[in-house]
Amino acid sequence: MGYLKDQPLDVRTVAHQVVSPERGGVVTFVGAVRNHHAGRAVLRLEYSAYGPMADLEFARILEEAESRWPAKVAAEHRVGTLEVGDVAVIVVAAAPHRGAAFDACRYVIEEIKRRVPIWKREHYVDGTAGWVDPMVPEGVSLPVE
Amino acid sequence: MNGVIRIRVLLFARYAELMGQTELVIDVSAPATVRTVLDSLRARTGGEQLPPSPLVARNRVHAQLDTALDDGDEVAVLPPLAGG
Repeated sequence: MGYLKDQPLDVRTVAHQVVSPERGGVVTFVGAVRNHHAGRAVLRLEYSAYGPMADLEFARILEEAESRWPAKVAAEHRVGTLEVGDVAVIVVAAAPHRGAAFDACRYVIEEIKRRVPIWKREHYVDGTAGWVDPMVPEGVSLPVE
Repeated sequence: MNGVIRIRVLLFARYAELMGQTELVIDVSAPATVRTVLDSLRARTGGEQLPPSPLVARNRVHAQLDTALDDGDEVAVLPPLAGG
């Protein structure tokens, strides 16, 4: 199962993998490309990944969530060039009740950000570009390459 | 185990730019850890700019600097992750 997609993501396609009549609580997280980062105007960005490990890590994270909560969770992440507003990541968690669905969805998106080997190169309106380091606090300009 | 083991090293994003390549094969003396591989990378052009403790993976699983390596292992040096 490949979790990385080089084509536009679709919430219904992801949700279709986990919704079912017995799961009445469905929580969807959609991450879209922001038009600003660390005080700079972003034009577009490129996601790249260590594909084989990213797929394995996605599978591990979803398995962890499904063992911790009575939920089914599906997720996909874009790679390639994205424009402002394009969807970068989708997580859908479905459970019999909303509590487990919220918790499982939150767990999966946080673990994706923490563990999946994906990188983001931003192109700014001023024509420069740089790799994003989420450990650099907001408001601090990154070195530009 | 003594002797030399061969490690496939993968570099990504900014680290690939620093070193001007995405993949290389290096031979290190056994016993070796991820740290041994990083020390070898630092001796190469661009490698001196790698941080002291980068994220690393061994055979597609997150690893530590003192994770032991076997012949034929794949070591990936991962810049700060930025997915999501």
